[in-house]
Amino acid sequence: MPGLLAQIAGPRVPPDELARRPARYATPALLFAVARVLLLVSIFFPYWHMELVAPQYPDGLFLTAYVNHLDGDVKEIDGLNHYIGMRPLDEAARVEKSLAIWMIVAMVLFVEGAMFVHSKWAVLLAVPAITFPAFFIADLHLWMRRFGQGLDPSAPLSASVKPFTPTVLGEGGIGQFRTFAELGTGMWLAIGAAGMIVVAFWFHRRAFRPLSVAARRAAEVPA
Amino acid sequence: MLGFNRQCAVKVLALASVAALLGASADAMAQETRRERRSRTKEVKPIELSPAQVAELTKVANERKLTVDDLLAASKTYMPSGRHDDYVLFSSGGQSGQIFAIGVPSMRLLRSIAVFTPESWQGYGFAGEGDAVLERLNVNGKAVPWGDTHHPALSETAGDYDGQFLFIGDKANARVAVIDLRDWETKQIVKNPLTVSDHGASFVTPNTEYVVEGGQYATVLGYGYAPPEEYKKSYRGMVTFWKFDRAKGRIDEASSFALELPPYWQDLADAGKVASDGLVFINSFNSEMATGGVEQGKPPFEAGVSQRDTDYLHIIDWKRAERAVKEGKAKKINGFPVITLDVAAAEGILHFAPEPKSPHGVDVSPNGQFIVVAGKLDPHVTVYSIDRIKKAIADKKISATDDYGIPVLDFDAVKEAQVELGLGPLHTQFDDKGYAYTSLFLDSAVSRWTLGGDYAKLHAEEPWKLVTKTPVQYNIGHLCAAEGDTVSPDGNYLISMSKWSVDRFLPTGPLLPQNFQLVDIAAAGTTMPVLFDMPIGVGEPHYCQMIKADKLKTWTTYPEIGWNPHTQQLDPRAPKQGKEGVVRDGSQVTINMTAIRSHFTPEHVEVNEGDEITWRITAIESTQDATHGFCIGGYNINLSLEPGEFAEFKFVADKPGTYPFYCTEFCSALHLEMMGYLHVKPKTTTAMKAEPAAKP
Repeated sequence: MPGLLAQIAGPRVPPDELARRPARYATPALLFAVARVLLLVSIFFPYWHMELVAPQYPDGLFLTAYVNHLDGDVKEIDGLNHYIGMRPLDEAARVEKSLAIWMIVAMVLFVEGAMFVHSKWAVLLAVPAITFPAFFIADLHLWMRRFGQGLDPSAPLSASVKPFTPTVLGEGGIGQFRTFAELGTGMWLAIGAAGMIVVAFWFHRRAFRPLSVAARRAAEVPA
Repeated sequence: MLGFNRQCAVKVLALASVAALLGASADAMAQETRRERRSRTKEVKPIELSPAQVAELTKVANERKLTVDDLLAASKTYMPSGRHDDYVLFSSGGQSGQIFAIGVPSMRLLRSIAVFTPESWQGYGFAGEGDAVLERLNVNGKAVPWGDTHHPALSETAGDYDGQFLFIGDKANARVAVIDLRDWETKQIVKNPLTVSDHGASFVTPNTEYVVEGGQYATVLGYGYAPPEEYKKSYRGMVTFWKFDRAKGRIDEASSFALELPPYWQDLADAGKVASDGLVFINSFNSEMATGGVEQGKPPFEAGVSQRDTDYLHIIDWKRAERAVKEGKAKKINGFPVITLDVAAAEGILHFAPEPKSPHGVDVSPNGQFIVVAGKLDPHVTVYSIDRIKKAIADKKISATDDYGIPVLDFDAVKEAQVELGLGPLHTQFDDKGYAYTSLFLDSAVSRWTLGGDYAKLHAEEPWKLVTKTPVQYNIGHLCAAEGDTVSPDGNYLISMSKWSVDRFLPTGPLLPQNFQLVDIAAAGTTMPVLFDMPIGVGEPHYCQMIKADKLKTWTTYPEIGWNPHTQQLDPRAPKQGKEGVVRDGSQVTINMTAIRSHFTPEHVEVNEGDEITWRITAIESTQDATHGFCIGGYNINLSLEPGEFAEFKFVADKPGTYPFYCTEFCSALHLEMMGYLHVKPKTTTAMKAEPAAKP
């Protein structure tokens, strides 16, 4: 088993090689570190905004999604939604919201772990962080669809508002409202982190692949 | 490598945090921009009229028979939809017992504020038996649900309006009300324990230490009786100093006091400021002590009180009065501390200065230097200087002592100037250009005249001279310039509160509206046009004050859900969403209700005939203007439930039957559906012809 673990961990960098080309080996580690910071910081910023505009709301209504909670005019939007039979927004994605912070911390730790893995297996550890933004949007869309489609048929306005899927990005509309949805700072930070991890892997491969290849060749050479 | 890595990591961390912060602020800014995109203050580019547009404008003007001056007046006052006025005018509502808030320069009525009279839209005085509002409208145990509001006074800090509170006096019943300008609701009404009616209320001292309530018609203080033959001996005037507790937003009755005054019929008042801080000035107009009696062949009051050539300007040192009360020199009348005339004379609290007979307004200039007394029956305003008054007091320049032992200062020693303006000068206000404005009742005009002293350098004209008069329609009483009774008047606008409108508007039967006229006082010299006429068809206003709109920090909704406007805090009794219901304790029934668009919870309330009901409602709304009403027909109940507001009312369900209750403020598309039923079950079912409505 130690053999397998060693294989996954990949080759260690010989000290003289490290001394000769420190930047080559430090670059991926550095990029991973930045990505981790970005991802952690993103917790504190909105991931998604929606603005709802209607004649009687000259200043608009705002809905802001953080990874773990909703903010903005949630109460008023819920109040309006009850007319069309939509469930209160806070009932959406309860599991995701309660786990989000721990999931992000876990992703950060995985990426930290990836820094010490000098083989292609490192990619596996970074997959959650890379796919997180897409996962977030997909999840948001699924919840919106579930809420928009699952309207209470006994609601006051169910005759005039048919089930619908709110628009997750860009412009949409429902009743007298126009909706404008866009990504927030937190999401851009997470996307930045994902991008940085991808770039980090290019440097990772440039730094460690030659070592792996050399090690494999050395193993193939008969004693 | 480690060292390299650590250094770099620190840098990267710092960089990342900066980037994150930038990102966050960019995000916040973007949100702000989105809000601004639809903001009501859209940027308007300077216009340039094309020949075609000029032709169209000219055509419309000619069709409507408008002059160029009319077009200019219209463009100075017209407010496009959504544009907010520069000033808010808080006006007395006269016998309506209300206050009116009016936007200036558009002269649009923004709303009324119920004060001394129940008002159903605001749900003021319609909260069942034991209504807190109705209770405080009692006078000596008698319901007096109306008032004659006279002089509003905005609270001041360092002599300038601070936009926090508004006070107003009820002349008919000698009451003073406190209005909180966060929610524009009346919070307190105090009844003067000494006198039946007043006039010089309300005026505030420069930091709203006291709200001054000057009396008018002399009586026996403390609701006593004496025949008119004992007028001189037993009748007295007074001025009350109501201590204002700004933190509590209430008058502190226990720390208030009054000063006994001779029965000279005190009139208007004004508090000194800056140079004259610590003093209060009050006019009088019956130093003759005439007692009328036209029915006995004696001269009527109107003649009797106008015999002497002079009356007395009262100069009151309220700081000395305050000290005398603290030193225990006040006597209790009807349980209220009063400084008697002998104490006032001995302590140097009260001095008189002769003033031309039967004057009306007394107004202190912004720097506190000059006190302007308007003649009413004399074509002059008489100007006193505070320096001269102080010197005369110090040098004991006393020309006489009145019957009550109060020293009368020598007129020539205290007079600064007399300015001839015209017939019937009543009230004076000030601007930022060294002008004073005095209303001329008989001339039916607003006069502009120049101040002297430090003000002489502000204007081009000779000091103490009439500059111009603008006719107003008709019979002007008070006038009000923008912040024109503060230490820093704005100029710009002036309101003529014209008492008669005669032919200005379409006929409205024999009872005609008053006419509020907007006068443009922005230009110096002789230009001072009337821009707009606004009919006031709800009572006869007296005084008003004009405050810069941005000084008001008005709430758009109540700060928290379950707010009690009477206590201005969250009320633990306020029903919460999900905790609604009916609690019965014998015949005591408590209903915990919430209101939100578009339903009340609960919708059915079942009680027994004779039950004592305590009904609590919370408006669980937090959106601006999402106000609900709540009425129960037949039980004289109607509330206004503004977003977040908690209300409680009590009544005895003594009339069996089925009573729909409903929301009286059109709140939403399903407003008509926002209703429910109160089922009052009769004691015996045979007493009712029909069974109560079946519950679903």
